[in-house]
Amino acid sequence: MSVATRPQLSHLRALESEAIHVMREVAAEFERPVLLFSGGKDSIVLLRLAEKAFRPAPFPFPLMHVDTGHNFPEVIEFRDRRVAELGERLIVASVQESIDNGRVVEETGPRASRNRLQTVTLLDAISEHGFDAAFGGARRDEERARAKERIMSFRDSFGQWDPKDQRPELWNLYNGRIHKGEHVRVFPLSNWTELDVWEYIDAEGLEIPSIYFSHRREVFKRDGMLYAMSEFAELIEGEEAFEETVRYRTVGDMSCTGGVRSTASTLEEVVLEIAATTVTERGETRADDRVSEAAMEDRKKAGYF
Amino acid sequence: MTLDLLRFTTAGSVDDGKSTLIGRLLYDSKQVFEDQLAQVAQASERRGGLGTLDLALLTDGLRAEREQGITIDVAYRYFATAKRRFIIADTPGHQQYTRNMVTGASTADVSVVLIDARRGVLEQSKRHAFISALLGIPEMIVAINKMDLVEHSQERYEELVSDFETYAARLPGVGGVTYIPMSALDGDNVVHRSEAMSWYDGPVLLEHLEQVEVAYDHPGAKPARFPVQWVVRPANGNGSDYRGYAGQLASGALRRGDEVSIVPGGGRTRIAAIDTFEGELDEATAPMSLTLRLEDELDVSRGELICHPEEAPEVAQQFEADLCWMNADLMRPGARYALKHTSRSVMAIVEGIEDMLDTHTLQRIDAPTELGLNDIARVRLRTSAPVAYDPYSRNRRTGSFILIDEATNATVAAGMIAAPALA
Repeated sequence: MSVATRPQLSHLRALESEAIHVMREVAAEFERPVLLFSGGKDSIVLLRLAEKAFRPAPFPFPLMHVDTGHNFPEVIEFRDRRVAELGERLIVASVQESIDNGRVVEETGPRASRNRLQTVTLLDAISEHGFDAAFGGARRDEERARAKERIMSFRDSFGQWDPKDQRPELWNLYNGRIHKGEHVRVFPLSNWTELDVWEYIDAEGLEIPSIYFSHRREVFKRDGMLYAMSEFAELIEGEEAFEETVRYRTVGDMSCTGGVRSTASTLEEVVLEIAATTVTERGETRADDRVSEAAMEDRKKAGYF
Repeated sequence: MTLDLLRFTTAGSVDDGKSTLIGRLLYDSKQVFEDQLAQVAQASERRGGLGTLDLALLTDGLRAEREQGITIDVAYRYFATAKRRFIIADTPGHQQYTRNMVTGASTADVSVVLIDARRGVLEQSKRHAFISALLGIPEMIVAINKMDLVEHSQERYEELVSDFETYAARLPGVGGVTYIPMSALDGDNVVHRSEAMSWYDGPVLLEHLEQVEVAYDHPGAKPARFPVQWVVRPANGNGSDYRGYAGQLASGALRRGDEVSIVPGGGRTRIAAIDTFEGELDEATAPMSLTLRLEDELDVSRGELICHPEEAPEVAQQFEADLCWMNADLMRPGARYALKHTSRSVMAIVEGIEDMLDTHTLQRIDAPTELGLNDIARVRLRTSAPVAYDPYSRNRRTGSFILIDEATNATVAAGMIAAPALA
């Protein structure tokens, strides 16, 4: 190994060190952890943190993607390439299979989304594989229900989150004790902001899917958001497809993730754009949070990411 | 030490204006996004406040909180100015007030204690100040809020400062106390200087938060403490005999070549290498996460602590600690719990309750026969295996522990280890 210069412990390195500590605690205290990897920016950061926590050994857990079948193809391509580079194992839990097996019923109509269905697929996969801890890339700054959640967050045997009865989380001492059938969700990026994530990606030189950068794309406008035209898109009367220069701030389903008009084509430009933004990433790009005042809280209670 | 990232905690009850204060801090420092503001405007209107923004709604995240106008649990907020990044641990003050305050305080560098200018220095404010001191937060900001309701009176302000001062002077371990008169509702002295209180020439809240020096915990200035979390060992078969001890440096600094001891397990060796993903380091300081390789093959596993031999921590199976009880189930002496301390888990029996401190009068009172929710007492503990610790007053990371009820898996108590009595 080469000799590195002594790093300054900037706020980013302090957040990094805290996250690595959390990951090692989970690896040490749980039998079967798993890391949820979507190909999105936050889970890309999680993979780098796992490298920092466990190399030169392999990760002490597999990766898992809950695949809705409605993903951006660029993201799936990236996912598979990144997993191969790391030489780690990827489990794909398929929402399509949950539909085929009758575990969930597909929504219909032009506003149909598989967002809610993912919860069932996720919980089924957790129980099928016997996972007792699942790392996720969620951050507390994303959404106000998330602001209330612990770094290590308990789920009962139904996969439910009870925001009114959470374990107190003191110092950096995590209580990882659970009974059989229960599990925890672990959010090492809890204390990171969206800007921290982008600055970290920039500082680490991490590769991200191309849709995060400005590109030309055929889109249509609905509820003030620009959605990608795809085989899953069904236009409502009055809507029409047109070409626009966009990029994505978050990566979710094609059916519920909006693009933003942007010319930012390098990481540096993206960081500048995020630093100057006046709208939260979920407010700008996620239809799934617009259902009600407590859309995220309700989904989280049911076992969502 | 000037921190790049400052963590502070607030506490308060339903109507002393805490949520409004935080909302104001975020709003006036332009940290509220347009879509969040639109949500708040909508919700304010639905609740009858036509045309006004209820800034408290910015921080109340859960449905029940918005419906009942209460705050249920610790919430974390993030904001940044050109000078610093901030994490706020926002803790509510009802039923589980102590539990929440302790949780928020455990990771904070600064605490903001709220006083309602009309109502004076109440039990709640005292309790928060007491817990801040107990949890080792050296910097305290006393926000004397609702000054608009006492006609911005300098006389009233000085009376409250003097009242609080009388109390704070008897708290151990508090470094700086800064008093700021404000009105969160009107935004006076939160981010912008108040015209109505031109008699006040101290810093406004945000300005102070940006500048305050947190002197206590320069982790590099303390003895090195490296609790081993995880042993990094690539699978057999690839020819590697790599064996690294991974953890986060809790305090102090370690250098390649340093002689180190392993406690409580025993053994001495030298640091062969300090590995990070980026490469080897000559020196590491807290709070870095890293992986150590040692010169000799010793039996080192999770829960052992690596330190310099001449600066070793205490090693004991019996010690006293201040315990904050956080559960509705009562604690009776003789009860057994799992104790988690750094990366080490052992069994512990609470042998006895020594005494209790009345947070209002700060008088020691006789030991009760049991502890209930929100009680704080000095207890005697005995553990199933030795624990390598420092007194909490010297090291927050190696002096703290939690107790877990093995039947319910609930975290039932937070503990701070006391200095050993002189023999």
